[in-house]
Amino acid sequence: MSVLANAAVGDRVVHKSFPPISRHRLALYCGASGDHNPIHVDSDFARKAGFPDVFSHGMLVMGYLGQALTDAVPPSQIRAFSTRFAAITQLGAQLTCEGHVAELSEHDGERRARLTLTARDETGQVKLAGEAVVAI
Amino acid sequence: MVDQSVVGRRFTPVTAHVEPGRLRYFFNTLGETNPVYRDPAAARAGGYAGVPVPPTYLFCLEMMDADTPFEFLTALDIDIARVLHGEQSFTYHAPVVVGDTLTFRPQVKSVTDKKGGAMTLIEVETAVVNQHGVHVADTTRTIVVRNGGAA
Repeated sequence: MSVLANAAVGDRVVHKSFPPISRHRLALYCGASGDHNPIHVDSDFARKAGFPDVFSHGMLVMGYLGQALTDAVPPSQIRAFSTRFAAITQLGAQLTCEGHVAELSEHDGERRARLTLTARDETGQVKLAGEAVVAI
Repeated sequence: MVDQSVVGRRFTPVTAHVEPGRLRYFFNTLGETNPVYRDPAAARAGGYAGVPVPPTYLFCLEMMDADTPFEFLTALDIDIARVLHGEQSFTYHAPVVVGDTLTFRPQVKSVTDKKGGAMTLIEVETAVVNQHGVHVADTTRTIVVRNGGAA
């Protein structure tokens, strides 16, 4: 039974905070994800590309958002998950991920909820804005 | 600059195996402690045939097991230093668990110029099929190419 069983539109059902993103975390994620784009781990490369320093993989932040989501909803109940990468996530960012129920519906006899999702840094800036459709 | 002529272009299919050790490394990297991912017995008790993959892991699998992980860039003559990830979506049709072997088939879905050509958005859609021929997911990545001129 997920937290969504009795959820209503407007309820916050996803909420989790994460530790600051370090260079070490970016290096680990580079290996763990198979995304070896040097812009996330090599500050010389990042500067040549016009950025002040390395910055987070968007997919690391989406990974955190996915973790916050599956804390609330079992992975087998997620039907769709999407995000827009609204702003670059800098080194040191402390992310908080949240999700609210936007809509309840039924699809081929399955009760579903559409959740709006955000990942914000410690200043409140939205880094990722997205949504998920989950079976209840 | 990338133009409409690449819409519909397909890239080399990728076959990837969902390996427990690599998946554990991913979970360790994200500080994941959810028992459904960390304890095979808990996963089975939850009705899974094995430890399930987390929601974004399909994106990783495709890159990890590709001979040329950035083929969609090199094939379109795009400099990786000029690329940002704009959007990402996943639609899930069936579970994916440890031990599965997945085949990814990427294809360019759209090309859109923005800001008078200063940026180009390229959507690549990938169909994912498992070892039993089950269509398990579709993923779409939108990359943003900074074309220069307007920095």
